[in-house]
Amino acid sequence: MPPILSITNLAKTYAPRPPRQAAFEALKNVSLDIQRGEIFALLGPNGAGKTTLISIVCGIVTASSGKVTVDGFDNVAQYREARSRIGLVPQELHTDAFESVWKTVSFSRGLWGLPPSPAHIEKVLKDLSLWDKKDNRVMTLSGGMKRRLMIAKALAHEPNILFLDEPTAGVDVELRKDMWNLVRTLRAGGVTVILTTHYIQEAEEMADRVGVMSKGSLILVEEKAVLMQKLGGKQLALHLTSKLDAIPASLSGYKLTLAAGGTDLVYSYDTKGERTGITALLQDVAAAGIRFKDVETKESSLEEIFVSLVREPRP
Amino acid sequence: MTAMNVHAVRSIYRFEMSRWFRTVGQSVLSPVISTSLYFIVFGAAIGSLMEDIDGVAYGSFLVPGLVMLMLLTQSVSNASFGIYFPKFTGTIYEILSAPISYLEIVLGYVGGAATKSVLLGFIIMATATLFVPVEIQHPFWMLTFLILTALTFSLLGFIIGIWADGFEKLSLVPTLIITPLTFLGGSFYSIQMLPEPWQTLTLFNPVVYLISGFRWSFYGISDVGVGISFGMTLFFLGLCLAVVARIFATGYRLKS
Ligand SMILES: Nc1ncnc2c1ncn2[C@@H]1O[C@H](COP(=O)(O)OP(=O)(O)OP(=O)(O)O)[C@@H](O)[C@H]1O
Ligand SMILES: [Mg+2]
Repeated sequence: MPPILSITNLAKTYAPRPPRQAAFEALKNVSLDIQRGEIFALLGPNGAGKTTLISIVCGIVTASSGKVTVDGFDNVAQYREARSRIGLVPQELHTDAFESVWKTVSFSRGLWGLPPSPAHIEKVLKDLSLWDKKDNRVMTLSGGMKRRLMIAKALAHEPNILFLDEPTAGVDVELRKDMWNLVRTLRAGGVTVILTTHYIQEAEEMADRVGVMSKGSLILVEEKAVLMQKLGGKQLALHLTSKLDAIPASLSGYKLTLAAGGTDLVYSYDTKGERTGITALLQDVAAAGIRFKDVETKESSLEEIFVSLVREPRP
Repeated sequence: MTAMNVHAVRSIYRFEMSRWFRTVGQSVLSPVISTSLYFIVFGAAIGSLMEDIDGVAYGSFLVPGLVMLMLLTQSVSNASFGIYFPKFTGTIYEILSAPISYLEIVLGYVGGAATKSVLLGFIIMATATLFVPVEIQHPFWMLTFLILTALTFSLLGFIIGIWADGFEKLSLVPTLIITPLTFLGGSFYSIQMLPEPWQTLTLFNPVVYLISGFRWSFYGISDVGVGISFGMTLFFLGLCLAVVARIFATGYRLKS
């Protein structure tokens, strides 16, 4: 099946605003295909260009060069077809202050050219636990509620593709879990979700694929599982009952290091391999007379991978 | 799907109207009060000392000019605020990312602003009848001038709202340009009462034509030919439409 979103050689240079602001190249030749029904997480430090990329796809910012197609429709020449498929929840909380929750959500549905549907609005508000606030003025909502209201506005027009720009910023732990569940429900209903986040845990928890941006470039796109496996070997740590000064010669065939001042014996192995060598290692450790009180395995998290990817080379 | 997104136009229009009705007290009360003050001061106090102008009592003569004065200022301020506010709060993101054309955006915002101005015009005319006798000889033309002027100046307000990047600029054009042009455009006098060279200079003031045509539809008297008034009204409407089209062709100040 063709990708639902196809981004080709997209670049953006923000125009200079003399005298204070020089031109700024925020996006450099980014190409990316998003498959129907996937959850894609876009990671990257502040200023990497995530919001710029999303804004171009949604029609808020004009690209300097490159091409975007949404479900086969060019997002400039056929903007109606393209945009009618997209829902956007921007990073900043932009809401009307004086309107009621119900009205502001219904307004969004109308903007997308759909006939009124009180039943759909009711469902969306209930899904986002905003039903009891439906008659409240928007300005009386808490920050987290406003964030959910923005999601409700995007869902009011039944998008096929949903952009969530940092959906869980300023959202409490419980609500974050709700949000993750909501995204999964949406995906189950056939919605493609593209989200940006600074919480690696979030990408790890939800995404099928991960893209990492840095300084305007997309430096990596990978299946989450593959990425973690590729960059993340596993480690087995044996917490020893007594300190070792050196690794015995009988164990020199294994990739072992001593840690924690000699009380930890750490074995690095590759989960991709046919055999990890753990059974043999443990037998040889016992044969060498080394006793341990506990074992622990560690996997490098996306966070570690991410940090190693975008870290500036030290001068 | 190239057909008009009617639901979107209706949504924006309703949104604008509901913003107005939410504050209907202020929106209507202040123009009504200031019009009443004009009638008390100029109509009753000073007007009694004034001669009739072309056979029309001064108090009655004032009505079309005052309606125009309110129409212009309210159209500009309503429309400029209507589009400036979403820019200010950031909610414009939704308008820009929705599957709507620029024409539909303009229809919604400018249509809303013009509707409010026309309603306000009626309210002011009704207020005027409490103070002075009012006669409308050409109701069709009165409505035509009312609606075209409301549209033109709502478009102008829309342009100002897009151009403005602060609240000061939002009120700059109305105070610096619209109000003087209206005051000097014959709201309170016939330009024939002016000495030369002011009489000729005044003809460069676009508002003169709007007021003159509008007053003709009331009392059949005018400073310039009604055909010229009508032509100029259409000309200004076309001019504003052209500017708006240009703004959208370039994405000026809406998209970076
Ligand atoms: N309207 C603008 N004019 C000029 N420069 C801009 C504009 N918007 C963004 N930028 C610049 O472009 C770069 C990318 O910004 P962008 O908002 O896309 O980053 P981001 O990856 O979303 O960051 P964050 O994680 O902080 O949200 C930044 O350096 C920013 O200063
Ligand atoms: Mg961002």
